[in-house]
Amino acid sequence: MLSVKDLAVSFQTRRGTVDAVRGISFDLAKGEILGIVGESGSGKSVTSYALMRILDAGGTIAAGEATYSGIDLRRAAERDMRDIRGREISMIFQNPRAALNPIRKVGHQIEDVLRRHARATRQDARAKAIAALRAVRINDAEARYDAYPFELSGGMCQRIVCAIALACDPRLLIADEPTTGLDITTQKAVMDLVRDLIRERGMSSILITHDLGLAAQYCDRIMVMKDGVIVEQGDPVQIFSAPQHPYSRKLVDATPRVGESIRSLLPPEDRKAELPHHVHDRPLVEVRNLTKTYRGSSGPVHAVKGISFSIKQGQSVGLVGESGCGKSTTSEILVRLMDATSGEILFDGHDIAGIPAQGFARNPRRAEIQMVFQDATDSLNPRHTARQTIADPLHRLGGLRGAKLATRVEELATLVGLPLPLLDRFPHQLSGGQKARVGIARAVALEPKFLILDEPTAALDVSIQAVVLNLLVDLRAKLGMTYLFVSHDLHVVRLLCDHVIVMKAGEIVEQGPAQDVMSNPQHDYTKTLLAAAPKPPARRQVA
Amino acid sequence: MSSGSIVSSTCARCRPVKPVSVAAYPRLRAVAFRVAQSIPVVIGVVVISFLLTRTLPGDPAAYFAGAAADEASIAEVRKALGLDKPLIQQFFIYVGDLMQGDLGQSISSGRPVATDLASRLPASLELTLTALILSCGIAIPLGILAATRPGSWVDHLCRVLVTAGVSLPTFFTGIVLIYVFYYLLGIAPSPLGRLDFIYLDPDRVTGFYLIDAALMGDWETWRGAAKQLILPAITLALFTLAPIARMTRAAMLTALSSDFIRTARAAGLSRGTILYGYAFRNALLPVVTTLGMVFSFTLGANVLVEKVFAWPGIGSYAVEALVVSDYAAVQGFVLAMALLFVALNLVIDLLYTAIDPRIGFSSK
Repeated sequence: MLSVKDLAVSFQTRRGTVDAVRGISFDLAKGEILGIVGESGSGKSVTSYALMRILDAGGTIAAGEATYSGIDLRRAAERDMRDIRGREISMIFQNPRAALNPIRKVGHQIEDVLRRHARATRQDARAKAIAALRAVRINDAEARYDAYPFELSGGMCQRIVCAIALACDPRLLIADEPTTGLDITTQKAVMDLVRDLIRERGMSSILITHDLGLAAQYCDRIMVMKDGVIVEQGDPVQIFSAPQHPYSRKLVDATPRVGESIRSLLPPEDRKAELPHHVHDRPLVEVRNLTKTYRGSSGPVHAVKGISFSIKQGQSVGLVGESGCGKSTTSEILVRLMDATSGEILFDGHDIAGIPAQGFARNPRRAEIQMVFQDATDSLNPRHTARQTIADPLHRLGGLRGAKLATRVEELATLVGLPLPLLDRFPHQLSGGQKARVGIARAVALEPKFLILDEPTAALDVSIQAVVLNLLVDLRAKLGMTYLFVSHDLHVVRLLCDHVIVMKAGEIVEQGPAQDVMSNPQHDYTKTLLAAAPKPPARRQVA
Repeated sequence: MSSGSIVSSTCARCRPVKPVSVAAYPRLRAVAFRVAQSIPVVIGVVVISFLLTRTLPGDPAAYFAGAAADEASIAEVRKALGLDKPLIQQFFIYVGDLMQGDLGQSISSGRPVATDLASRLPASLELTLTALILSCGIAIPLGILAATRPGSWVDHLCRVLVTAGVSLPTFFTGIVLIYVFYYLLGIAPSPLGRLDFIYLDPDRVTGFYLIDAALMGDWETWRGAAKQLILPAITLALFTLAPIARMTRAAMLTALSSDFIRTARAAGLSRGTILYGYAFRNALLPVVTTLGMVFSFTLGANVLVEKVFAWPGIGSYAVEALVVSDYAAVQGFVLAMALLFVALNLVIDLLYTAIDPRIGFSSK
């Protein structure tokens, strides 16, 4: 049905030509779901844009052939391509909220496509748009017709994007990271929906993702891409059990799975023995009846509804939940960047909930509670070098100056594995993993007792996530820190944490030792979360 | 968080029974709120304009008593003008008059300030609006074209035109236009006001000559007024081209690189739909903001154009009044402008809510 041969895509940039895709070939059969897996910069999205001929300015298909049902996609006239897009080949995108026109009713956006491909007339467009909404299982489709994207949840927006893509019954659907940025249960719902629709309509599909586990669960065949070339392709189970190429082996290793230890995320040659960390009986942090209420435009919003838990010294606690469950609010209150509405936070036996967040920077305990932020890029000052960033807390809170400061910064860089020559670079000159290391170095600079990690690996590729997680494990043992690890990813939490707290709608629904909660969840919500996580096929033991 | 209320309001809106009243009600309230918000602004303007005019250097009494006046006659004039009373009393007299719609008497023209403003404000508005319509007519398409083909000749042409328009002072452009079209080519009429003396002023309805003449059906006068208007309007338009074209280009570039444009392209929508239905509507918001700003500064700053074309506008009126410390006229001018800006901001806010459904939901 689709046949790609030696496809190469290049971009003209100010610094010369960049080859994003360097000669890839594959075929797609009717009814087949093909997964393209790779990390950022591997050229997987560019491949799909090239097939649709919607490359950004400066991008061209440099060589090769792409044929869809006898049509030469590379040489077809733009007018013909416009007829093919949406009617023959459709696409759904990541970040669904941004993928919809923010100021046009979703119903009208569906109608635009229907009318464009002459699937509806002015008279029946509304009815057909509503039918398209029903097809993607949107409740109360008639009311949703008049909604604007900002009124809908992320998962709902992705359903609308699907409705637009599927409105004209295309025969090939390209899904470009369709669930990135969505909650894990929403991810499952969207992926199940897409798979069901593809099967029902006998369509073919290409699923582009960075998540090998997700691809393995939903695809018939997987292609692993790296730096614009296909390094391996084959059956998902085969790729997982016996990856041939070193890169796909690295990816398979780095994908968190049930029954693996944190060291096994790393390539075999980097696996060192895990340093033990000691959990004391004495609690370091005790939270009692913590509440946070925001004043919303339509009445008060209870973000955190009286939660209590305690964290022992040296313990690593995972705080798990989906967006809006109050986990970020809780962590911000604990790190004293936000004031609680009521409740107590005992830190080392002293109540710190009463100290206003605004003045906490001048409190001596500031150095003892630190945070690693979610987005490694946005949480670094773009005008500060790595050295300045790491030196900042040492200088302000630690009072270090001159040669002592310089020595300490270099010690910290070595500790987090940041090569010293990189210290004088600015954030935009560093890779994602290096920026994460800078953020961690800054947080541990003052040897805090308590470190809050707010999804520190959410924006990272899996192989880098593996390295950063292992770094965190090492640091925990070396510095004797207590962690609160905030995440939506249960697999990751299980690898790192001793104790897990599951939150939903501002309340704690379940907490307990990580192994117990994972293997024998009590609450229905925890079960749902666990069930929603993609389950990669078990790996055959490699000696 | 507030999804419940949103859902219910969207359901309410799509209910077939009188959807307008449901949707219009919060909007009406928003309008009323915005108007109420402007009341303190107006009060502040009244106070400040009063105080500022009093602190101006120069003594109006001495000025109007004439060069040969002695102490006694100056004091007499001062008394006649009411300037001998304490400041606070003068203020209350002023506010009291204002309440009755009396802006006072202009000393230089000898007519009530309200009458002067009523004749001069429409002249300025007619000129400014025509210039802005002209300017938008050129700048917006130019900006769109430049954004769709960045780096092409259209883009460069846009840049050259914009730079030229903004770097040439208006009085210079005005004089060049007069020299070429009036003196050399003889196409344009003499640059002396709003209407050549061979025509009679149209009956006053709005004060806009073009509209009044059209209402009367007097097309001869209409043509005469249009001829007078075109050169000063072009002069102003050239000056206002730059911000509008630049903002259109920038906003379109941002809109065109958005994710939803990629979705639209992937759905096979036509170029026109993508460009105008999707990108331009999203780019409108910053363009409207710029337009409001341009409108306010042109209205205040077109004194030079009014002077060059002997246009009986509000800008030249204010400058003349300021020179002779004509308190009532200056206060009247400042107040009129303040009210105009308040109204303008209101219109722009309302345009926002019309363009972008997200605004209005979040407003408290």
